[in-house]
Amino acid sequence: MADKITLEVMRYRPEQETEPTFQGYEVPFHADWVVLDALNYIKDRLDGSLSYRWSCRMGVCGSCGMMVDGEPQLTCATFLSHYLPGPVRVEPLRYFPIMRDLVIEMTDFMDKLQRVKPWLIRGAEKPLLQGEYLQTPEELDLYKQFSMCINCMLCYAACPVYGLDPQFIGPAAIALAQRYNMDSRDQGSEQRLDLLSQHDGIWGCTFVGECSKVCPKEVDPASAIQQYKLTATKEWFRAFLMPWSAK
Amino acid sequence: MEVSAHDVLLVGGGGAGLRAAIAAAEVNSRLNVAVVSKVYPMRSHTVSAEGGAAAAIKPDDSLDEHARDTISGGDWLCDQDAVEAFVREAPEEMLQLEHWGCPWSREPSGHIAVRPFGGMKKMRTWFAADKTGFHMLHTLFQTSLKYTTITRYDEFFVTKLLVDDGRVQGVVAIELATGKIHAILAKAVILCTGGCGRVFPFTTNANIKTGDGMSLAYRAGAPLKDMEFVQYHPTGLPFTGILITEAARSEGGWMLNKEGYRYLQDYNLGTPQPHPVLSSMELGPRDRLSQAFVKELEKGRTLDTPYGPVVHLDLRHLGEKVINSKLPFVRELCFKYQGLDPVKELIPVRPVVHYMMGGVHTDINGATPLRGLFAAGEVACVSINGANRLGSNSLTECLVFGARVGRAAAAHAAEQQEPAGHALAQAMDEQHRLEMQFLRKTGGHERIATIRDDMQKTTEDSAGIYRTGMALLAATEALRTLQERFQNIALDDHSQTFNTELVAALELSCMLDVAETIVQSALHRTESRGAHQRTDFPKRDDEKFLAHSLVFQQADGSPRVEYLPVTITRWPPAERVYGR
Repeated sequence: MADKITLEVMRYRPEQETEPTFQGYEVPFHADWVVLDALNYIKDRLDGSLSYRWSCRMGVCGSCGMMVDGEPQLTCATFLSHYLPGPVRVEPLRYFPIMRDLVIEMTDFMDKLQRVKPWLIRGAEKPLLQGEYLQTPEELDLYKQFSMCINCMLCYAACPVYGLDPQFIGPAAIALAQRYNMDSRDQGSEQRLDLLSQHDGIWGCTFVGECSKVCPKEVDPASAIQQYKLTATKEWFRAFLMPWSAK
Repeated sequence: MEVSAHDVLLVGGGGAGLRAAIAAAEVNSRLNVAVVSKVYPMRSHTVSAEGGAAAAIKPDDSLDEHARDTISGGDWLCDQDAVEAFVREAPEEMLQLEHWGCPWSREPSGHIAVRPFGGMKKMRTWFAADKTGFHMLHTLFQTSLKYTTITRYDEFFVTKLLVDDGRVQGVVAIELATGKIHAILAKAVILCTGGCGRVFPFTTNANIKTGDGMSLAYRAGAPLKDMEFVQYHPTGLPFTGILITEAARSEGGWMLNKEGYRYLQDYNLGTPQPHPVLSSMELGPRDRLSQAFVKELEKGRTLDTPYGPVVHLDLRHLGEKVINSKLPFVRELCFKYQGLDPVKELIPVRPVVHYMMGGVHTDINGATPLRGLFAAGEVACVSINGANRLGSNSLTECLVFGARVGRAAAAHAAEQQEPAGHALAQAMDEQHRLEMQFLRKTGGHERIATIRDDMQKTTEDSAGIYRTGMALLAATEALRTLQERFQNIALDDHSQTFNTELVAALELSCMLDVAETIVQSALHRTESRGAHQRTDFPKRDDEKFLAHSLVFQQADGSPRVEYLPVTITRWPPAERVYGR
């Protein structure tokens, strides 16, 4: 078994370089190391100037998404052994502006999350003293999968539509909208529909399905987009072709 | 330097911080609230909490029983007035989160489901499968987005509290994206930065858990309380330290030594039954289970792995269906990180640093002795956790005391004048310090990672599951030396843009402070209580130590320890009884 492996890491320091470059680092190979362990080895032992985001190292905080050999991955959940004998190429998530090294600019993503109104919308609030809103396990199952998104943005880095049109609201945001639309306690789906039916909303998606393939949490944003399109189409027919039946 | 001003400023955007921000925003919609966090809020470590959050709601349960379990679990070091407020407000806070959309697991009837948890004599732990913290955090974060009066400073690292005229008036922070220094002024500052597990080498805690808030308060003159009480969780995966939730045991998992024997029966925790029994055996409290592991190790009944000794957690008898519905994340984690399937295989586990019972000393409303400074969540010590926290109390604590502190800080802010000019002068000094000590520093030869490794070895060797005065005394010296070596660090990175080496250096300096307070408090407490076990003082000593330790930073930077009596209301100190 190999005892070393080389990482080719994209470097970009805006004060120093006008274009990204690659830097090679040789690190020890351990069968139980993930790509993030190798990056941490580099930072701690070889080059403290390498910048990247990470936190939980258990695949739930969503910080450490990067391109590994051209595929969007959570680096804390991607084993080095998969890339033997190397070298392994590590780059920042595709389609996002690069801030520095492996760190991408994500304020646009944050704005998109907020735009889908990801909170429970109700006409009237039940007083707390009257207890919980009842929700059966079956009702919970309807939206549960969409509530598992960790906002890691791998689906954006995989989405060809987002690659062409950064205005596209994108898979995770649509899945999040659907998470609330499908929640039996929520009454805000019309508000979200208006928002998502606009041109930069769901119509951009040509159902390539790459988002669902790369999702580390099996959220399946592609199915959220399909569900949404179906609802939006029905609504459109209702509103424009049969205006007398509109609510 | 950039300057901005707010009424209430949160430092930290995890469970407690977001709950506090919403509470403050709801007190008064004209109040200007801000959240500054070194990560985007949904990255906060609350996200990793798995098992659940406790609140007594079922007909067979009562507030008094929740209080009694918590106090006994804490080995009588909890302040009982705080515990009473906690259990009383817990159900309402949990319901509030339900009303905000948290996907709690349900009974077939649609009511909230509860599960058993360690040291709890009734089933009262609400859960969202085994990703409870993840769902709570995302629910809070998403809900916070609808409050337009909450401003966020994402990826800003706070380096100092501005204290003038005896009160806290804001913070200095580095904007990571640009390296710009900001003076963010505020009439009230709330610390919600979480714990400090990274002070130890083997921890469930995320990379960001470096005790920043504890150190900020300590340097500003506020005392830290009960810092000797560090919780080891009995079931972490070797090498990664990834947590296998206590829910694995509450659903019926067994702890086995290398002979396949349910060894907890040898440690006064009850007799083994095929099905889980509340507060017995595997459902005993975490301190006792982690201590039992060390005893098994001493008896030679653990298994050796390249990453240290382990015992086994056995879930096989639960079957695939229960594991998939109640513990899907456990299965995912074992599969992805340990290469095994708990449906068919034993899980190797060992105790792992998990939670800090101690923290910034606050009253029942989250106010610290330093005017204008508040704290809630793991960074704070109210104290409801005493000498050993019960699993599933901490998420609820984030909600109850997050809400309380948000309201208290809002009330405080309403009575204050705008921050004065002296605060800005201090901010300029801080900017100068950051430039001289870090950004423009040349020379030095110590690597951050080396000092960090040495610190972690020191804490583990001295302030682990069992402690001695000798080892703690040696650690005191070792940490002083590390503080001196830290002055001599070398930085490879002098960039203004997203300089994570600078952040690592600042975090290390916080951790060195926190390590000193842990070791000092452990050295002075010459008794054994809960998670603090001194082999040279094996008995609990209520005569001398029914008291909280308070540690202050002295002028030369070294710690000084005082004591404050525990508040007892209705539960006089007694023996902790499990399995009977």
